[in-house]
Amino acid sequence: MKVLVPVKRVLDYNIKARPKADGSGVELSGLKMSMNPFDEIAMEAAIRLKEAGQVSEIIAISCGTQACQETLRTALALGADRAVLVETDEALQPLAVAKLLKVLVLREQPRLVICGKQAIDDDANQTGQMLAALLGWAQATFASRIELGTDHASVTREIDGGLETLSITLPAVITTDLRLNEPRYATLPNIMKAKKKPLETLTPADLGVDVTSRLTLLKVAEPPARQGGIKVNDVAELLDKLKNEAKVI
Amino acid sequence: MTILVVAEHDNQHLKAATRHVLAAAQAIGGEVHLLVAGQHCAAVAEAARALSGVACVLLVENDALESAGAECMADLVLSLVHDYTHLLAAASASGKNWMPRVAALLDVAQLSDIVRVDAPDTFTRPIYAGSVWATVRSEDTIKVITVRATAFEAVAETGGSARLQKVDATSDAGLSRRTHLALNDSSRPELESARVVVSGGRGLGSAERFSALLEPLADKLNAALGASRAAVDSGYVSNDYQVGQTGKIVAPDLYIAVGISGAIQHLAGMKASRVIVAINKDPDAPIFAVADYGLVGDLNQVVPELTSAL
Ligand SMILES: Cc1cc2nc3c(=O)[nH]c(=O)nc-3n(C[C@H](O)[C@H](O)[C@H](O)COP(=O)(O)OP(=O)(O)OC[C@H]3O[C@@H](n4cnc5c(N)ncnc54)[C@H](O)[C@@H]3O)c2cc1C
Ligand SMILES: Nc1ncnc2c1ncn2[C@@H]1O[C@H](COP(=O)(O)O)[C@@H](O)[C@H]1O
Repeated sequence: MKVLVPVKRVLDYNIKARPKADGSGVELSGLKMSMNPFDEIAMEAAIRLKEAGQVSEIIAISCGTQACQETLRTALALGADRAVLVETDEALQPLAVAKLLKVLVLREQPRLVICGKQAIDDDANQTGQMLAALLGWAQATFASRIELGTDHASVTREIDGGLETLSITLPAVITTDLRLNEPRYATLPNIMKAKKKPLETLTPADLGVDVTSRLTLLKVAEPPARQGGIKVNDVAELLDKLKNEAKVI
Repeated sequence: MTILVVAEHDNQHLKAATRHVLAAAQAIGGEVHLLVAGQHCAAVAEAARALSGVACVLLVENDALESAGAECMADLVLSLVHDYTHLLAAASASGKNWMPRVAALLDVAQLSDIVRVDAPDTFTRPIYAGSVWATVRSEDTIKVITVRATAFEAVAETGGSARLQKVDATSDAGLSRRTHLALNDSSRPELESARVVVSGGRGLGSAERFSALLEPLADKLNAALGASRAAVDSGYVSNDYQVGQTGKIVAPDLYIAVGISGAIQHLAGMKASRVIVAINKDPDAPIFAVADYGLVGDLNQVVPELTSAL
């Protein structure tokens, strides 16, 4: 079975995002960009299924600027067999990405799409669910365990107050939670090999998808700042402050 | 403007998050309707009629909704939403799960996790783990929104007298089936609505010490327990204790962070707490920059001392 893994290029999680001086967006120039951490987990899940002989081919897809090639090369070095870049300079909303992915799913006919649960730049947590809906497929979001069968997958997922296990009909979309696995690093030989793996570039127009945004970003600003507090010397002083100053206990 | 809010409940009780989402709906303005969909949940709908500012409670009872999968819930909401200008639900594990399906099927861009209503078509939401806030205007005819419950004061539980409307709606796409459910011990208050949260990090060192040190403290304070991702990853507690960008968002009156360094991803989930206490042996730990009261010390000594002094 083929698996599709959408991977997003995002500001590295170690870097604190700041608004541009004019508030028109987030400052990204010159900063380190990486694969969205949840997508590394999705890649790892797909690779393990392939290693277990349950998956025949892994296709990594990224939608965005030409620079996303780098993210796709990382995916190829990790273990994807080929990659597709949907290249555009437009800022893409999750709905637009889901529409692009839908056309690629119809073309590639995978039985499974594994997305990250959330891109750590926009924190939208939408794309996988939207893709599943557009395809009329089952979904299992926030997966912490995946067992793949031929017609069904059994997925354990986080819900409010605990865990549930779903049996979902394939084809389906799964989105990954942090606990699903610990992603591997790309080795140097694999990074070299990845350079020779196929990377196809398409545009939204090639796929017949209108990616015009319905949301207008009016401004980006620092959130209200929190006043730093004080250090207390001991437990007695802490209790005194909590009782008499903050009045929370 | 008429707004549909989708209630969160367990077929017996309305969850607190719903009243916060109603507050966001009232900030938008117009008439507010509340959908209570579930199995044998008439009592929830009856109680919801008294909520302040709700004009109409829509009740859908359907056995397929007992363990409603996202596919089922999305189809149901989709069948009801067409006369509304706004659709709102909590940005909880549940709302996050089904809401984007509704948005996609309406061909509408969803606004996730809003913290402010700027105008009926303009909303502010945190991005990049809350490092920045984005103000966004939606051009769509139906605004599909999930709400960060902690950012809005809950509406009152009483004072309203909404009309009740039963709606017949079924939907079961049969695409997914729950085969197992493991709910956590519910003797503690719920993390997202607790007045006090005690959270532990990698500094606790082991699952045994996490429970031996933090449970008695939480008991004394009638607090919910939370954790950093490092604590979850190390197996001290299960995943749904995680507070942060990719875990739960909490804003209790009192948040006590024990052995947590204060990574940006953790702060994203608790920075809005009213009072923050940090206990950490490293005086330079970033958690102290957001703590109202910082105590530098070894948690193995400080926590038992605090517990017994309470
Ligand atoms: C995509 C992504 C998403 C993430 N999402 C989240 C999230 O939602 N929530 C989250 O929490 N993290 C998240 N993280 C992880 C985050 O970056 C940090 O790694 C994590 O929060 C660190 O947890 P910690 O503070 O418990 O551990 P550490 O950073 O290891 O801190 C342990 C602290 O304990 C103190 N300590 C040790 N021993 C003692 C002692 N005896 N007495 C007192 N203090 C002691 C140390 O001084 C230190 O400050 C995410 C990371 C990524 C990449
Ligand atoms: N531009 C993109 N290119 C490829 N995959 C994406 C893109 N945007 C989102 N995704 C996928 O959708 C997941 C959820 O993203 P989001 O809905 O934006 O939080 C990500 O973890 C990726 O797997």
